[in-house]
Order: sequence, then C-alpha cells, then structure tokens
Amino acid sequence: MNRINQKIKEDKKLLSIYFTSGYPNLDDTATIIQNLEENGVDMIEIGLPFSDPLADGPTIQASSTQALKNGMTTEVLFNQLKDIRKTVNIPLIIMGYFNPMLQYGIEAFCKKCQDIGIDGLIIPDLPVDVYNEQYKSIFETYGLINIFLITPQTSVERIRFIDSISNGFIYMVSSASVTGSQYGFGAIQTNYFKRIEKMNLNNPQIVGFGISNNDTFMQATQHAKGAIIGSAFIKHLTNKGVDKIGYFAKSILKPNY
Amino acid sequence: MSYNINKKGYYGKFGGAFIPEMLYPNVEELRQNYIKVMAEPDFQREFNLLLKDYVGRPSPLYFAKRLSDKYNTKIYLKREDLNHTGAHKINNTIGQILMAKRLGKHRIIAETGAGQHGVATATVCALMGLECIVYMGEIDIARQAPNVARMKMLGATVVPALSGSRTLKDATNEAIRDWINNPVDTHYIIGSVVGPHPYPDMVARFQSVVSEEIQWQLKEQEGTSKPDYVVACVGGGSNAAGAYYHFLEDTNVNLIAVEAAGLGVDSGESAATSVLGREGIIHGSKTLLMQTKDGQITEPYSISAGLDYPGVGPMHAHLYTSGRAEFISITDDEAMAAGLKLCKLEGIIPAIESSHALAIFEKKTFNPNDIVVLSLSGRGDKDLETYINHFKL
Repeated sequence: MNRINQKIKEDKKLLSIYFTSGYPNLDDTATIIQNLEENGVDMIEIGLPFSDPLADGPTIQASSTQALKNGMTTEVLFNQLKDIRKTVNIPLIIMGYFNPMLQYGIEAFCKKCQDIGIDGLIIPDLPVDVYNEQYKSIFETYGLINIFLITPQTSVERIRFIDSISNGFIYMVSSASVTGSQYGFGAIQTNYFKRIEKMNLNNPQIVGFGISNNDTFMQATQHAKGAIIGSAFIKHLTNKGVDKIGYFAKSILKPNY
Repeated sequence: MSYNINKKGYYGKFGGAFIPEMLYPNVEELRQNYIKVMAEPDFQREFNLLLKDYVGRPSPLYFAKRLSDKYNTKIYLKREDLNHTGAHKINNTIGQILMAKRLGKHRIIAETGAGQHGVATATVCALMGLECIVYMGEIDIARQAPNVARMKMLGATVVPALSGSRTLKDATNEAIRDWINNPVDTHYIIGSVVGPHPYPDMVARFQSVVSEEIQWQLKEQEGTSKPDYVVACVGGGSNAAGAYYHFLEDTNVNLIAVEAAGLGVDSGESAATSVLGREGIIHGSKTLLMQTKDGQITEPYSISAGLDYPGVGPMHAHLYTSGRAEFISITDDEAMAAGLKLCKLEGIIPAIESSHALAIFEKKTFNPNDIVVLSLSGRGDKDLETYINHFKL
C-alpha cells in the first residue's frame, strides 16, 4: 500500500511540510527531510523549483529563484533523493510545476519517482481533465498518487468529480490566494472547512495556505485530516537555517512550545 | 487541417488551459461566456462604434508606392499605427473592457512589457471609469518611463513586478497572482494571443477586425479580397493573429511571421522562439517557448520591447509546426535599417516591432505581381530614443 494511504489511516491529525529543494543551500535536501521526520512531521512535500511559479507568493518564489541559482535541477534532485528511503519512512510527495516534468518526460519522471520511493505528486498547473485523459494511467503504473487542489470557489459538482478521481487526500486551499499571502482563519474559512467536511468525501482533506503556528494548525485540523505548511517554514529556514528545524516542527505541533 | 481553435481550446496540439485550480473559476467563467457575449448584437454595436469613433477605424490599407518600386512588388501597409494610442493593441483592450463590463467586473488588471498594452488598457479603463492596475517588470519601468507616465496620467496604478527576471514574463506572473487573489470582481486583460484558453482565441477574435478590413479594402483597390502574402511581426503574436485571421484556412494566402533574432539566433541574445523554443507550458498555455534543458523559462532579448516574450501564442506554434506560416527571424540591425528606410521612402516612422516585418524585403524576393500586405502594427514615437541611440541622430 502507498505510504500516503497508510498514513491517512492513522488516528491523528497530520502535519505536512513543504520546502523548496535546493534552498537555502543546494545540498540541504536530505538533511531537511530527515530532520522533519525525526521531529514528528507526518508527510513532506519536496518542492521542485520553477522559474515562473504562478500559484506561489513572494516567499516561495524567492526560495525557488535562489534554489535555481544554487544549481538545483530535476536531475540533481533525483540524485539527492536516491538513498532517501534508507533513512526516511514517512510519505514523500514531489510538488512542482508541469513544465520541468514535461521536459524530463512524464513517464521517465514517474519511473524515477517510483525508483526513489516517492509516493505522490502535486502539480498545480496540470489540470484535472488533462491528467485524467492523458497521464492517469502512467501515474498509476508507477504507483504514484496525484493530489488535486480545491478552493473556496470550487463548485460542489467539481469537488465531487475531483473526489472521484482522487486517491489519498484532497489539498484544500484555505482561501482564494497564492501561497504565503495570509495567516490565520476567520469565519469564512471555518465555514468553508465545515461545508467540505459535511460533504463526506471519499478522500480526507488536508488544508494548505495560511497555516503558520500551533493556533492555525489546530484551527485548520478541527474540520480536516491535516494541514500543510509551506511559506512559514521557508521563512523559518531563511531566518534560522536548517539547524532549528526541530524547534519549528514542535512549535506547530505543541501549544505554547 | 484546421488552423483555427478546436472545441477543446487547442490549435493542433498547442493551447489548452494549464492553470492552477485557484484560477479555474475565473477562466471557466470567461470560457463559458466569451463567444456568447461577443455575438450579442448590443455588444457588436458598442464594439464597432468605439472602434470607429474612438480608435479611428477602419485603419487605412495604404499602397506604399515607393517601397513597392524599391522591392519590385506590390506592398500594402495596414496602418494599425494610426489607431488611437498608436498600435493594434487597442482593438483588444476595447473588446475586453466591454467583455469585463458584461461579466460584471469592476476592477481591471493587465501586464505590460514596453508599456503599449498597459497604456491601451489604462486608456479603456479611463474611458469606462474602471479601476486599473498594471503590472510591469521593475526593469521595464526604469527603461520605459514615458509609458509609465502615460499610464499614470490615464489614472492607472502601475505596480512593479519584483520577482524573477523583473520583466514581461514576471509582470504576467504577478497579474495572474493578482487574479488568483481577486477571483470575483476582477477581469484580467491579457495583451496578446497568449495565456490559457480562451484568451488566445478571444484576443485573436478582437484583433480579427484587421484581416476583415484587409479583405474589403483590398477588394476595392485590387479587385480581389485575397493577398498573396500577409506579413506580420510576432512576439506573443496578437497583431499577426489579427492580420491572418480571415485568411487562416485559405492556403492560397501565404502567411509570413517575423520574429526578433536580437543579436542573431545563435548569439544567446535572441527572441526567435520558433528557432530556439521547444514545446512546453508558459502562462497556462502549451506552446513553443524558450527554456533551459530542465524546463526553466529563459529571458529573451530583442531591441524591440514588444517582441521579447519567451513564448509565442499557441496559434503561431501551430502555424509554425504545421508549415502553414513561414517564420523568418530578423536581427536588431536589420530591423532598425528597415525602419529608417520606411521613414525615408514613405514618410512613416514605424514601431521597431513593425520594422522587423519590414526587414523581410531585404531577405525574401517577391514577384512583381504579388500583393503583399504588411501589418504596420505600431508607430515609432515610443521608440524615438532607441532610434536616436542606434543611429546617433
């Protein structure tokens, strides 16, 4: 069974962390992943940097620009990850834009992911219908789960459709925004989380965008299976470097840490 | 083979809408409505009236006698340079502002490179009394000060794009991000036949007034509505899309697309996407684009700010790969010389974008009886400084 599916079965709220590979330093990838797992993080999204990340805000874009300057490429990332399963057991997801994957070759990319032990992919600019018609069978051949996003603007009909072709979880974007543009949730978001919770979807939802500390993590997971942190972690890496990852993870999972 | 868009939003294998889910409702609303809205008699009436009385259409189809004599063929110039705001860009912004109003949007965003599309957008926003925010790369803001001032005079807010390479592609990213953050009240006026479906088709339709006029104007002057050649420069490709539109399916009409070679296609400083690009995704569209081996989008170069886009509209990618259009690249120097030649021979100072199209007469020989229609997409006022520096005037 795919590690994502196993993880979803655990009776706990999940913390997933995103980081941009190649940032702050080119060779931090394995260190960051190992530290996150050791400190109780349930799942990791490894960002494959792109020159034009149009769903991301300034924090993740700046980290991507720096990562590319540092020399990160698809090939370099795969090399850095080739032994990662010797030390890491939690689900690993690669998150990236479609063009670099397309240039690598989708089948070659998926095969490499399987060889390494990647469990899933999040590709914000690969539309659901294109995936369904052209790529679904390739992803499945290599045991990869493709994660789709929903937003407060996604229609009920479309959510049902996305649920029907998902296997794993649904990435629930908390508000109409790019990444890192807001922190904290108001009544609008809470009502949206409740509305989705009441739909009783086949796939659990994990909330992303707007989570930065224990408060927002608790709020987000009150009506969802888990939460994803991206920009706040990148900011932490920028300010504190890779040495204080444990502190960051614990501060999310424990109140008043 | 068809050269128009298919029902799924593709030209051949190019096009589509490779957009994040956050943009889906915005783009879907437009996709469901654009053809219906454009077909409404009331929309058509208002669009055509504004094109006539505000833009100054029809733009003349001018037989350039001295230029024709020089190259021993029949050259007609489609004078988009005489439009209000000085280029073809306004045809699209008039159309899109009317579209935005009918979709109930009251906030307009746009990207701009050199500032021409930004000015054309700020102009129609002033005309309609709508809020206007234009994203422009920080580097472009510094080198296009007059157009920044124009946009401000017209009431627009110019927001610098500080990310990435801080030029047109990043301004486009910022505009897309703004749209993600403002999904309900905002319409994004894209300036070329690029971006996710339905933009390439919608913009081409608004620009198609150009080829529609060419047909009847040529009929009046030559007794035929079909030129032998239609020539246009291509950055993103909106003026070319407009000039080709009604001739796309008629293969007796030869289409020539002129790209900016910059310092030369092999120099590393070029914007000739058909030569240097590969299939990929840029700004939500599958098309040809300039990129690294790893699929990172690269920064193009041309002396002409309107041609240095790293991609090309999906229609043009299809016209290129299918062989329907002939693609020719012209260097900075060749374009500048051709621009100056038009000044001396016809008394017309062309935009440097259009000068690229004009330069093909030095590269390609036409028959004396060939009718060559060339889209003179813009006037050269905005480029005076570049001309001055280049020729040490």
